[in-house]
This record gives sequence, structure tokens and C-alpha cells, in this order.
Amino acid sequence: MTGTEAALRITGLTAGYPGTQVLHGVDLEVPTGALAAVLGGSGCGKTTLLRAIAGFHPVDGGSVHLAGRLVAGDGVDLPPERRRVGLVPQEGALFGHLNVARNVGFGLDRAGRRSGRVEEMLELVGLAGYGKRMPSELSGGQQQRVALARALAPAPALVLLDEPFTALDAGLRAEVREQVRAALRAAGATAVLVTHDQQEALGAADVVAVLRDGRVVQAGPPREVYSTPADVGVGEFVGEAVVLPATVSRGRATTVLGTLPVPGVADGVGQVLLRPEQLRLDGAGTSGVGATVVEVVFHGHDTTVLLDLDGRTVRCRTMDAGGLRVGQRTEVRVDGSARFFAS
Amino acid sequence: MPTTTTSPARTHPRRRRATGAPPFLVGWGAIAGLVALVPLVYLVVRSLDAGPGAFLEVLGRPRTGELILRSLALAGAVTAACMVIGFLGAWLVVRTDLPGRRAAGVLLALPLAVPSYVAGFTWISEAPGLAGFWGAFGVLVSVSFPYVFLPVVGALRATDTGLEEVARSLGHGPARVLLGVTLRQVWPAATAGGLLVALYILSDFGAVSLMRYDTFTLGIYTSYRGTFNRTPAAVLGCVLVVLAALITWGEARARGRAAQLVGRGVPRQAAATRLGRWRPAWAGFVGLVIAVSLGVPAYSLTHWMVVGSSLGVDLPDLGDAGLVTLQAAAAGAIVTTVLAIPVGVLAARYRGRATATLETATYVGHALPGITVGLALVFLGVRVLPGIYQELPLLVFGYAVLFLPLAVGAVRTAVVAAPPRLEEVSRSLGHSRFVTLARVTLPLAAPGVGAGAALVFLTIAKELPATLMLRPTGADTLAVRLWSYTGVGQYAAAAPYAVLLVLLAAIPTLVLNRAFREHDRALRAQEKEDR
Repeated sequence: MTGTEAALRITGLTAGYPGTQVLHGVDLEVPTGALAAVLGGSGCGKTTLLRAIAGFHPVDGGSVHLAGRLVAGDGVDLPPERRRVGLVPQEGALFGHLNVARNVGFGLDRAGRRSGRVEEMLELVGLAGYGKRMPSELSGGQQQRVALARALAPAPALVLLDEPFTALDAGLRAEVREQVRAALRAAGATAVLVTHDQQEALGAADVVAVLRDGRVVQAGPPREVYSTPADVGVGEFVGEAVVLPATVSRGRATTVLGTLPVPGVADGVGQVLLRPEQLRLDGAGTSGVGATVVEVVFHGHDTTVLLDLDGRTVRCRTMDAGGLRVGQRTEVRVDGSARFFAS
Repeated sequence: MPTTTTSPARTHPRRRRATGAPPFLVGWGAIAGLVALVPLVYLVVRSLDAGPGAFLEVLGRPRTGELILRSLALAGAVTAACMVIGFLGAWLVVRTDLPGRRAAGVLLALPLAVPSYVAGFTWISEAPGLAGFWGAFGVLVSVSFPYVFLPVVGALRATDTGLEEVARSLGHGPARVLLGVTLRQVWPAATAGGLLVALYILSDFGAVSLMRYDTFTLGIYTSYRGTFNRTPAAVLGCVLVVLAALITWGEARARGRAAQLVGRGVPRQAAATRLGRWRPAWAGFVGLVIAVSLGVPAYSLTHWMVVGSSLGVDLPDLGDAGLVTLQAAAAGAIVTTVLAIPVGVLAARYRGRATATLETATYVGHALPGITVGLALVFLGVRVLPGIYQELPLLVFGYAVLFLPLAVGAVRTAVVAAPPRLEEVSRSLGHSRFVTLARVTLPLAAPGVGAGAALVFLTIAKELPATLMLRPTGADTLAVRLWSYTGVGQYAAAAPYAVLLVLLAAIPTLVLNRAFREHDRALRAQEKEDR
């Protein structure tokens, strides 16, 4: 490490239950002040990872460092109350028998509760003046913000958010997500968000770590993970993908969409991965290939067009599909470079 | 195969600290387990006091065999009658066009609130000639059939009527469908209820002693009172425990099967079966059951209250007994709940072989007839703890053994309903497990635990056999007073005690039921608002 120590450093972490290993050596580093998203489908081990970081699940091998301090591994196993990890659970997050102010002050000592920290935190999440309310009098989004204020109050080394927006209405989700992100920024807190929602991970996080079968298969800035996925699986998981068989020869891949540039790739057989928005119907990109429109789905901000290319259906997203009709012949071109994965 | 981002294998043993049960809870729970098991163990030890020869000698006496037969005959007959009445009643209320079936559904559950010895008092005081098997049989059926009626009602409401309709459309008559299809569907629920009845009949002391039908419990009591040699009483106590344990085991299995059969989702309820020309006959049957189980006690209590008021009620005496009951029940409820808390929390939060064993240990009281707990603690008090023999603490000890299962169940349900995530949040905010239990888990579970404590309080207030054997000298509870007045034929003097006890026993069925329902409704309303 150079200079400042990462807020969270996980090395070769293995954990599981008797008879089944869930985490097979997880490596992850989150710089101080960053918001990292751990993205994975159900059963990938993301909940176990989160519980292992917080100290609720025993670690079998590897280590967890929080702000440079070893908290688990190498014979060390700090109890949760001594790890300084704030937790924002999925739902039912607040103590129903305590009002908002007492919820937020739960992790503070007497002096801390009197110092004005509680009011400061409520202000941070935009709920100043709500201290006397009971949790049952708050909306779902407000409850999640109080839960965040409560987690932030003792100035933890790390905040863990366990799918905190899943229980909210779709309309509310984006708004609360923005508020939470802003509050985390303002507090200068380091946070790990666990989610199965690609949009949430790509839209909210500074770093996205894709967890699959108990391993981090790729970690990096959202844009990088989206545009240069580590393999076809990651590519399909983080967004809509067009996957086509391809043969590469001298830096060019031959596919049903024509010949695409794949710079720096050795010759061989495999698959290329494209994003639907790279398929253009407006004349930009490579020389066109003939296709038949199979279906047109209008979304408002854009339109999905399904095309038939010699019996293979590909998905294409376009801003302007005015005048396209099912059954019509059109010409499709590819914009930008493709990712090639040798088989 | 997992490949090698893993560092070389760690040699230190796997740490269990984070998920294992906290030692303070285990220690506290172990005390509860010990309390629950001590009487049983001591009863066995005491019965072998005079050597295995003496044990076998008592076992081989003709009197022992006779008591077993008498007890089993009564339990068998009452159970069979309760199953017939309970099943028919449930079917009539849920599935047919019986007139007044809503009211009947409530009235057929109410006899649950009449303690068996109160029913015994009302019968023997009106018709002394009923003493003996048939009297005891009638009294016990009249108060026990709801144990079958209620679960069968639940099972009938939960099962789809599709199968019955199919059977009808295939040409089977109503009677054949009732016995061939309906009964088969609710059979597990009915057997579970029936075995519960059998267990209660086997443990019952109040009704059989007032109806003067010699069974095991009464045999144990007379043997204990009558002779200096108490080994026979201990041996008989052991036999009774074995019988009760067998029935409890069967009941638990039947209940498990009944729970499996209840389907998911909302079952479809077909149109009510039309009773046709048999309608008046069925209505008469239900009316008779209600008249015998509720009408007789109501009539008799009113009758003796009127007679008694002309003679004058001894109010200070009644007040004394009320106060003693209050004290004993309050002390018993508090101690039982405090002992139940660790077991309930462990069972809800830390499932494992050790906690399951502990929970089973505290559950022993469910299968222990009150008379045997009383007997065991008398022995223990005389021999080991003379300081508290015939003092309140020993009585409270007995209550704790008998009613721990009730309290543990209440605590466990309440803790299960409190989200574990909240405890984790509290731990993450820097609080130890003990502080978390005190500041998060218990406050959240408080309403359920409180309701459980109230239920224990009310159950203790009407307990008879253990109280009779363990009460402090001169301190009579309401139940003891009622029993002794009835025993010597002072029915008018006994009546006010019986009325008070019925009121006490009715509280859980009526008020607690309503409180739970309102709590439920409030919760649902809140959930709706949250959305």
C-alpha cells in the first residue's frame, strides 16, 4: 500500500456453512471515502460476505482489514461491537420501540447523544426536526434515511448497506438512492452497497465488484465493468448484451454483423459481446448488414428493436426508430469496438 | 474445484464465537433446565429408595393394576366421546346450514374456561348420585371436548372442499362423504386433540376426586396421605409419568402430521351442506351439548349463589383466599417467565442440538401431571430442602416446573417475531450481546412475553393438585378452598369460589383472545399505512 490505507481490504476470504463453502477466496479493496457496490445474483455469496465483514459470520480463511486494522483472520475474530462497521439492513431497519432521535443515538454514549450529533445526522439525511417521531409514522424512504443516520452517527470505519432500496417502490428508489449517496459523500464515509440490481450498482457506486460463485470476478469503475467485462457472463450480468459467435483473424472478428475491429486479440474462435446501443440503424459505424425487423418495443426514452439476421435474433437499442415496421428490411451497423472472448 | 486465490490453509481451529450462543444465556437457561428436570429425577430416585425389590413389589400389587385399568378406561372413554362430539360439532359449525352455527361455534369453545373441578362441583352438588365412573365421565367430557372441536374447526377451515365435491359427484351419499372423505382429512387434527384430552384426563385430579372415582392421581394422593410409607406413592407417580409421557409423545407426532396437512393459500369453501329433514335433530344435538357443558354449571352456580347469599357469604375468608391466590400466582408467573426467557431466546435465535435439548428439558412439565410434581417436591422438601418445605418458594418451584412450557412457548414466539436484523444493527453500533438483549430483543418481545406471563398467572390461579400438596400451611388458594368445601358437602360455601374461578379462567379465553386480535389488527393497519 502507498500512503493512505484502504478503508476495507479483504484478502483470500473463505467462509461458508458446515458442508458447503460459500466464499472461495474473495479479494476486494475499497479506498477511503469511496462507495463500492458488490453486485451479484442470488446465491453468489454477497450476504455471507457482508455478514463476514460485519462480524456475524465466522471466517474460515483469509483476512479482513478495516482502516488498516485486522478484524478477522489469522486467529483474530473481533466481535461485531468492536469492528466499527455501520449496518443499514434491507427493511424493518428501525427499532420500533424507540423514536427517531433515540434510534439515531443508539450507538452513541451519553456524551455523544448530548453533543448535538443526533441532530447533525438527521440534518445530513434531510430529516431535521423528525427526532420525536416514531418509526411507524415515517414513510419507507424516510425510514431508510434514519437507518443511515443511525449507522453514520458513531463515525464508523465502514458503512454496509444490504440491498437498502429493494423494499422501496420503484418510483421512490432512485430518489432515496440519490439522497443516500449525497449523505454518504457529505459525511465522507466509506461504504459497501450489496445489491443484485445492475442499474443500482452502476448508477450509485464509484467501484463495482461483481461477485460470482463466491469470488470477485471483476472489480473496477462502473463504466469499465460495463464496457470491458471480464467474461461473457459478467457482460451479460451487468447489462443487456448481444453475444455472437466469431472468428478472429488479424485483429478483425468475422460475425453475422460483418467484420468488427477487435484490436490486440490473437487469432482464434470464440464469441464477441456488443451492447444493444452499439447496433445502429441510422447509418453510423461499419458497413451495413441486411436484417429484418422482428419486433419494435417503444420505451419512451428509447426503443428496443429485435432484428433477424439469417435466423439469429439480435437486440438493438435506438433513440429514433420512427417509421420502422415489423417485417421491414433494414441495414444494421456496429459502432465502436467489440469485446472478444476466445472459447 | 475452488482454485487458488485462497491463502495456504489456516491451521487455527474454526472460530465459532460470532454465531455461538452467549454463555450468560446458556448458564441462565441451564438453571431453567435443571429446575424442570429435578422433580422428575428425584421422583425416580425416591421411588427406588427402598430398593428395586420394593419398587417391583408395589408395581406388582393388584391395586396398581386396577388403578391403571381404571385410569385408562376413563381416559379412553372420555377421549372417544370427545372425538365424536368435537368432530361432529366442528363439521356442523363449519360445513352445514345448522341454525345459529356462528353462535354455536363460540359456545362450543367456551367450556374450555370451566376448570374440571368446578364442573365437578356443579354436578355433584346437584346430583350426588352421579358419583363414580359415569359422573366423572360426564364431567370430563363436558369440559374437554373443545380440545378436539377447536383443532378440527381449524383443519376444516383450512382444507379445500374440492375432494368432497368430487366424492359427491361420483355418487357417494352425504354420510359416506362425511366419514370417508371429511373425517379422513381432519383425522390428524382430531387425533392430536384427542391425545391432548387423554393426557388431561390422566392428569386430572379435581374432577375425579370430587366425583369419587378412584384413578391413578387420586390413588397417589390417598396413598401419600394415608400411610407413613411413601414409597408406593412415589412408584405410582413414576408409572403415571411414563403413561403421560407416552401420550405426550403420540400427541406431538400427531400434531406434526396435522401441521403438515394444512395447505397453503386460501382454501375454497363450498356451499354449506344442507341438513334437510335431519336439521332439527342436529340442532337438538348441539343444543344438548351446550346445555350440559355450559347450562349445568351456570344453573348450579346461580342456584348455590342464591342459597349461599341467604346464608351470607364469608367475605373476609373469600378475600383471604383471593389474596393468597394472587400472591402465589404472581410469584409463580414472575419466576416462571424469568426462567423461560433464556430458553425462549436460545430456541428462537440459536438453533442447535444443545438448545433443542434444553428446550425439550423445560418441556417435561407438559407431560408431568400436577400431582406427580407436587409429590416429587414434597419428597425433595422433606429430605433435601427442609428450609422451604411448606413455604411459598417450594410452591413457586412446582409452578415453574408445570408452566415453563407455556412461558417458553410465549417467549419464543415473541422473540421469533422480533427481526434479528435489529440485533445485528445494535451489535454493529457497539453494544454487547447482553446489552442488545436488554435494550433491543426484550423490549421488542415485551408484549408477547407479557401476554405469556399473564397466561401463566391465570393458569396458576386455578391449579389444584400441586397447590394442594405444596401450599404453605394455612394458606388456601381459591381452588383449594373450593375443593375442600365441596369434599365435605358445603356447596353453598363453595359457590362463590367456583364463580371467581370461572371468571379467572374465562379471562384468557375472552380478554386475551381479543387483545391478541386487536394487536393483530393494529399491526395490519400499520403495515398498510407503511405502504
